[in-house]
Amino acid sequence: MITDGTKKRLRELFGKTNCLDSMEDRIAYSYDGTALLSSLPDAIVVPSSVDQISRLMRLANEEKFAVIPRGSGSGLSGGSIPSENSVVLLMSRWDKVLELDKNNLTAWVEPGLITGKFQTLVESHGLFYPPDPGSSQICTLGGNVAENAGGLRGLKYGVTKNYVLGFEVVLPTGEVMHIGGKNMKDVAGYNLKDVLIGSEGTLGIFTKILLKLIPLPQTGRTLLGFYDSIAGAAETVSAITAARIMPAMLEFLDNPTIRAVEDFAHLGLDKDTGAILLVEVDGPRSAVEEDAAAIEKICMRSGAKSVRLAKDEAEGMKLKTARKSAFSALARIRPTTILEDATVPRSELATMVDFINITAKKHDIEIGTFGHAGDGNLHPTGLTDERDRAEIARVESAFDEIFRKAVDLGGTITGEHGVGLAKKKFMESLYDTPFIKLMRQTKEMLDPNCVLNPGKIISVSPRCEGALPKSREQIERLTAKMGNPSEAYF
Amino acid sequence: MSRRYSGRHPGPKTGGIQSGARSGEFHPEISEDLLAQCMHCGLCLSVCPTYALTGLERSSPRGRIRLMKSVMDGMIPVTGTFEYEMNFCLDCQACQTACPAGVRYGELVESAREFIQTNKKGIGLKRVLLRKFFMGRSGLRVVSALLRVYQKTGFEKVVLILAGVIPIGILKRARLLPKLSDKFAIDILPEFLEPKSPARGTLAVLTGCVMDAMYADANVDTVDVLRENGWRVAVPHAQVCCGSVNGHAGDNETARALAIKNIEAFEETGAEYYIVNSAGCSAFLKEYGKLLAENPHYSDRAKRFSGRVREFSEFIYETGYRKPKSKTESTVTYHEACHLVHTQRISTQPREIVKEISGDSYRELDEATWCCGSAGIYNMVHYDEAAQLLDRKLENIKRCGAHTVIAGNPGCLAQIAAGAKNGKMDVEVIHLATALNRLYKSEK
Repeated sequence: MITDGTKKRLRELFGKTNCLDSMEDRIAYSYDGTALLSSLPDAIVVPSSVDQISRLMRLANEEKFAVIPRGSGSGLSGGSIPSENSVVLLMSRWDKVLELDKNNLTAWVEPGLITGKFQTLVESHGLFYPPDPGSSQICTLGGNVAENAGGLRGLKYGVTKNYVLGFEVVLPTGEVMHIGGKNMKDVAGYNLKDVLIGSEGTLGIFTKILLKLIPLPQTGRTLLGFYDSIAGAAETVSAITAARIMPAMLEFLDNPTIRAVEDFAHLGLDKDTGAILLVEVDGPRSAVEEDAAAIEKICMRSGAKSVRLAKDEAEGMKLKTARKSAFSALARIRPTTILEDATVPRSELATMVDFINITAKKHDIEIGTFGHAGDGNLHPTGLTDERDRAEIARVESAFDEIFRKAVDLGGTITGEHGVGLAKKKFMESLYDTPFIKLMRQTKEMLDPNCVLNPGKIISVSPRCEGALPKSREQIERLTAKMGNPSEAYF
Repeated sequence: MSRRYSGRHPGPKTGGIQSGARSGEFHPEISEDLLAQCMHCGLCLSVCPTYALTGLERSSPRGRIRLMKSVMDGMIPVTGTFEYEMNFCLDCQACQTACPAGVRYGELVESAREFIQTNKKGIGLKRVLLRKFFMGRSGLRVVSALLRVYQKTGFEKVVLILAGVIPIGILKRARLLPKLSDKFAIDILPEFLEPKSPARGTLAVLTGCVMDAMYADANVDTVDVLRENGWRVAVPHAQVCCGSVNGHAGDNETARALAIKNIEAFEETGAEYYIVNSAGCSAFLKEYGKLLAENPHYSDRAKRFSGRVREFSEFIYETGYRKPKSKTESTVTYHEACHLVHTQRISTQPREIVKEISGDSYRELDEATWCCGSAGIYNMVHYDEAAQLLDRKLENIKRCGAHTVIAGNPGCLAQIAAGAKNGKMDVEVIHLATALNRLYKSEK
């Protein structure tokens, strides 16, 4: 717990009404969108200036408490779960568009702005911000930059980092740093921007973000391919790639996901369908019609039972919105949904999906899989109930195997959700020692007291005085002092 | 360090686990299964009016569910903040529409309110007043009479008498409210009225209490429209308040007593369907089956009763209605009452009717599904917050440029009308039945 003295200093810094420490508020900020994880912060602060954030970081270094930045709390890897002795820094009220520069096609935004609101705004000016996470209606742009969020349009348009031109950031020591600008080319110095993007709130707090925009595509067309089995859908994905067509979206849903989504959205989908591919093409009208026709043919040739073309953009939007609800809709089947995002090279998609289903059977659990087929970014989702401890353990073993398989296939443990707490233990299997060492050194250098979102992605080495503990008993005594022994250091 | 939720902390035993809480009966404790359904993705945050007001997680559906869970797990007791948040919620259920996981939030918040009430020592003043007020028709009659005098004269002494009976919030705006009906429709209308075109069957109409006190005309319009479309209409004089106000405030005991009276009154008419023109009442009447599920004498009758309930627009859209010969003269938009769109998922039906009768004069309203702040008695208890939500609604109305707002709930009608009057907007707020009946009348 932080001390009363520290709380007093926090109240002086932020004002009484912007410091919350009631049990109810602490509970309300103890979780994010990640299943199974939660932990109480000691207090929550609502900043109103960059200077306040900077002074908060200085105070944290002085008094040795942790600061956990948070937007809407929709993260899926536990990135904003409080640690022990921590204060949550709530950025969600920083929600303004500071500048929309139509000559340079850029926008300065505050980090708490909701992604979907920003998209709607720029689209009303004929502009386009493509990164489109499933949670776009609620996630914040600051959170997107911190997680380097992907989403449904990654295949053609890339991910958040491809649209970040610069930012103002408060470093863990409290210094305020500026990176980038409106230049489309800029090679001055190390590319530190990309070190901070996707740093999951461990290296800095974004206070202003400069985003790149592109012209809004003239039109779009959405179609659904219905398959008896996943194999046909996977074959279609390969065939579309081989035909040199680049859809804006190439999404995949398996049967459990189809059932759950239909229950929620009532789209009239056949609940016995084995798999659905949702494809969107966008661009100039003539090209879109041509691509849509070509994709329809490819679907049928690759074993689709039928293809449904959205009659207009409104229907297309409805289908895409339904796809975005997939993760949450799966909770209709079982209340706890453990969502992962193992990602493999596109060519390995079918192998990976097969492996997921075999593994689910082997461990006697149910997994619903959907995801960004075009990116090889899958979302196998364990359908379980957190009250059933035995089943949760089986789900965890299954995912261990799934992650290791993804790595074996040349894939990665997370395509877009981040490592956070949830995937920390797989980092070792993914990267070699120099990489892990360099990451750890980077964290130690920027955040010497480890006060900014500690324990996420990697743990820094415990600082030991005297001889290192050797026996099991010594280690247990040490870890008991440091907190939960299950938080393994590596 | 992160702690994994075991979900079963020592604490009060949650009774709803096995006993069919899934079937959705109102349970004095908050069902663990219903709580577990929330997987805290946060998709509800974008549609929650109270979260939009405070920006605090505890004022969001996700936060409230977590607080309920913490109370049931014994992690926190029922605190003042907990009670405040449960009552700060509008119970508009927009989150329920947005929730892909199918969390039945309305049931959760209502059972939390009941849980607070039953765990409190003594009975709250508000609850006693609500019971007195709605249990018989006499309380409502007295208050309405006093309000009428107040509206006409602004007579101070009346205010003092009223202040003892109903919260002061509504009095602040009582003079802005639409003029109260001079007479209740239920007093004017006979118990049976014959159809005006070839008979299709018999319906029974609920006149409601707030609806009848403020919009008796709309009740008469409702009956007229039904008769115009070939229905014989019964207006059972023995009917009472539907009980929703008590139920939503956590007093299901009173709600059940009222439900029984209504079941008896409506069965007496022999009608095929029971038509309700108020969103809140229709939603609640459809819940009688659940409300009385454990009552050995009434459970079957209550289920049958609920099966016969149809909301006005739902009924005429689905059974077909005669399209008026002319269109509305003024520009028209449609505000979606929470208890229609979110609680009953009735949206297409009234919308299509409104579009049909207004033709080219139809205007689309931004955030049409956002609560106007009325929310039962919410605007009396949370006057300031309700006013902020109302402002948001009025801004959207201004922007869409409509001069007539159609809605299907007396609370919304009164709230938006008061706001429009206060803001000196040239906007009329009427019930769908009134809009339709005006067009029918103009043909004659």
